[in-house]
Amino acid sequence: MSSISIFFTLFFYFSVLIFITGLSYKIVQYWNTPAPLKIPIAPAPLTKSGVFLRLTKEVFLFATLFKSSKWTWLFGWSFHLALVLLFFRHLVYFWPGEIPLILLKTEPLKYAAYPLIFGLLGLLGRRIFVDRVRYISAPSDYLMLLLIILIGASGMVMTFANNHPNMLLVKNFAEGLITFKWSELPSEVIFLVHIFPVFFLIAIFPISKLLHGPGIFFAPTLNQVDDARKKRHISQWAMQKEKNTKIDLEHN
Amino acid sequence: MSKNSIEKLPTYLAIPPLKKDSMAGKGPFKASIDIQKDLGFPGEKIDNWQQVAINKIAETKSKYRSVQVFLDSCMKCGVCTDKCHYYLGTADPKNMPVARQDLFRSVYRRHFTFAGKYFPKLVGAKEFDEDMLDDWYNYFHQCSQCRRCAVFCPIGIDTAEISMAAREVMNAIGVGQKYPNQILGKINKIGNNLGMPEPALRDTLADLEEEIEEETGVSVKLPLDIKNSEVLMVTPSADFFAEPHIDGLIGYAKVFHQSGVSWTLSSYASEAANFGMFIGNYDVMRQGALRIRKAALDLNVKRVVVGECGHAWRVAYSFWNTLTGLGSGGSDEYSLKLQNQLDSNYPQPQHMIEFTYDLIQRDKLSFDKSKNDHRVVTFHDSCNVARGSNMGDIENGQFILPREVIKAACNNFSDMHKSTIKSATFCCGGGGGLLTDDLIDLRIKGAKPRMHALKQSEQDNGVNTLAAICAICKSQFSKVLPNYDFDPYMIVSVHQLVSDAIILTKDSET
Repeated sequence: MSSISIFFTLFFYFSVLIFITGLSYKIVQYWNTPAPLKIPIAPAPLTKSGVFLRLTKEVFLFATLFKSSKWTWLFGWSFHLALVLLFFRHLVYFWPGEIPLILLKTEPLKYAAYPLIFGLLGLLGRRIFVDRVRYISAPSDYLMLLLIILIGASGMVMTFANNHPNMLLVKNFAEGLITFKWSELPSEVIFLVHIFPVFFLIAIFPISKLLHGPGIFFAPTLNQVDDARKKRHISQWAMQKEKNTKIDLEHN
Repeated sequence: MSKNSIEKLPTYLAIPPLKKDSMAGKGPFKASIDIQKDLGFPGEKIDNWQQVAINKIAETKSKYRSVQVFLDSCMKCGVCTDKCHYYLGTADPKNMPVARQDLFRSVYRRHFTFAGKYFPKLVGAKEFDEDMLDDWYNYFHQCSQCRRCAVFCPIGIDTAEISMAAREVMNAIGVGQKYPNQILGKINKIGNNLGMPEPALRDTLADLEEEIEEETGVSVKLPLDIKNSEVLMVTPSADFFAEPHIDGLIGYAKVFHQSGVSWTLSSYASEAANFGMFIGNYDVMRQGALRIRKAALDLNVKRVVVGECGHAWRVAYSFWNTLTGLGSGGSDEYSLKLQNQLDSNYPQPQHMIEFTYDLIQRDKLSFDKSKNDHRVVTFHDSCNVARGSNMGDIENGQFILPREVIKAACNNFSDMHKSTIKSATFCCGGGGGLLTDDLIDLRIKGAKPRMHALKQSEQDNGVNTLAAICAICKSQFSKVLPNYDFDPYMIVSVHQLVSDAIILTKDSET
């Protein structure tokens, strides 16, 4: 194997390793950190099914974002939706062995690249031109958008401008990563430009703001049922205080 | 009330362009050594404050999932930036919710994250130095913890949680704010924010009884420390002395009188407000709440009802059960005792609005609505009620019930623009421990979005009365209304409207 193939193969495993361990660490950390007080934010659901509905609407439709800013919703939602569609489009490369029929029919999903780029350019434009958003942006905020734009643009150049790399090599390389039967990368630079930022973003997921993905499920403002009067909600560390307090009920 | 007003004013307050450092400064008065020590905090800024602060951040984020998750999750989408009344009123970029959080987040990143430790510039991580601490003190005291930004955050980040944590960290290094901390000292010693002792309270209540009897010819009582009453009424102490609050208290008394339900105030727990929430300190907040539990036990009441106070109702509704077991489902000795004693047919605690609303629903109260015909009333949803609590245990009950109570007592009611009420309500500008004269400039500017909406209602619908159910809102509005060319007396308690219209029967108390 060429050194470049070895590099990307190692880079992939390195990224996935960080992704899995890092993300597990964060999820366990969030899980183990108590939410000592009931702080659901209005409009707060009064039942568990209400909370389920709320989170579903947030995760799939970005309902609050829609309420907050229509443009940001349009850019953000189309970008995220496109990302999901393109993920399914790419599964076929990694699928080991016989490929399910459904994955062979995903080709039209390639057009999701357009809303992807549209959304990303919109978000970038907002970051650059709206003075408030520019103020709160760190270099990493721009960099992350640029990296995903780079992924999308290089993918589009390959797909829509007839610059396909050797697809057999792509398939063997991608499947090989999953089945540990490593093989050569296609050597086209555009392909390397496509996958490098993908691997990079996988690696930084657990140490960056990409944590908003798991974060939304752990936000007590969104995942708590508004039933504080009916059920006593108390954390372990607060329960300790209860045991340590002796209040003299008779005297005073 | 003309429905077809000729010209609509722009519904949104214009979003101002950034004016950097327009609210830079030293922040509110700092607490003295004595005040700090009373609460168990270091008296003044300690020498190794930086290390202690970092440790305190570590502790806080390990005890509060909200803090840990919110510090990590923000993707800087910026949709909160135009949602804060202090930003809209001051244009200082550090009053944008995300920028306010970033004061905390940049320190968190520098000390607790890989990227912040090794690539601080890249991710905007910063040292916790003197300048940063000054910014913390200044700008975390320009947040009223109203949670409007949280309503609009797509991933549920609540700046109030960060602001409370920041104040907790600052108190831990001896940098505390005078106004809330001094008040907390009084409640711990005497039982209310004013430091009003039992005899003074008893006198005040007696005066009020006289006043009501003179005015109505009916002997309406304001009982104090009466054991075995049905209801313990816990209300903000401002209701005992401040205008317009006191007319609300008279309203509660009249409603209780008509209901025939025996009730009492407590001199030991003569305060519903709990500033422990503002400084993000669980123990201090719990201490305040425990006084109420104790009073409920000592007076052997069946129900606990809370008066008109925004953050008090959030603490009562959302936190009392957690802090004290005043509610249902507790298992420790004291909450079991309390729960056996309290009447489970009613929600515990209950808001005075819920109490009155219930009576109205059951046709137990009669009103002469024409008494309020000189008013065109609008309702200011107080942030802590609107975004941190419920009433009536129905979805959005906290918006419905107060309006229904107002409508039962008044013929003319008109809401302000929908982007400024209910869950999107604008803070009065004085909540969260900022209701102090050393912050008057901020308070006036922060009230601007609410005043703008009120001005529109005045022009479109002839609104001349602003009703609220929060002691802080009432005090704040009384003070800032004139700055926006309004009558300072247009702010009233919802129960003042009830009080003015309720028909009293002479001998309902037997």
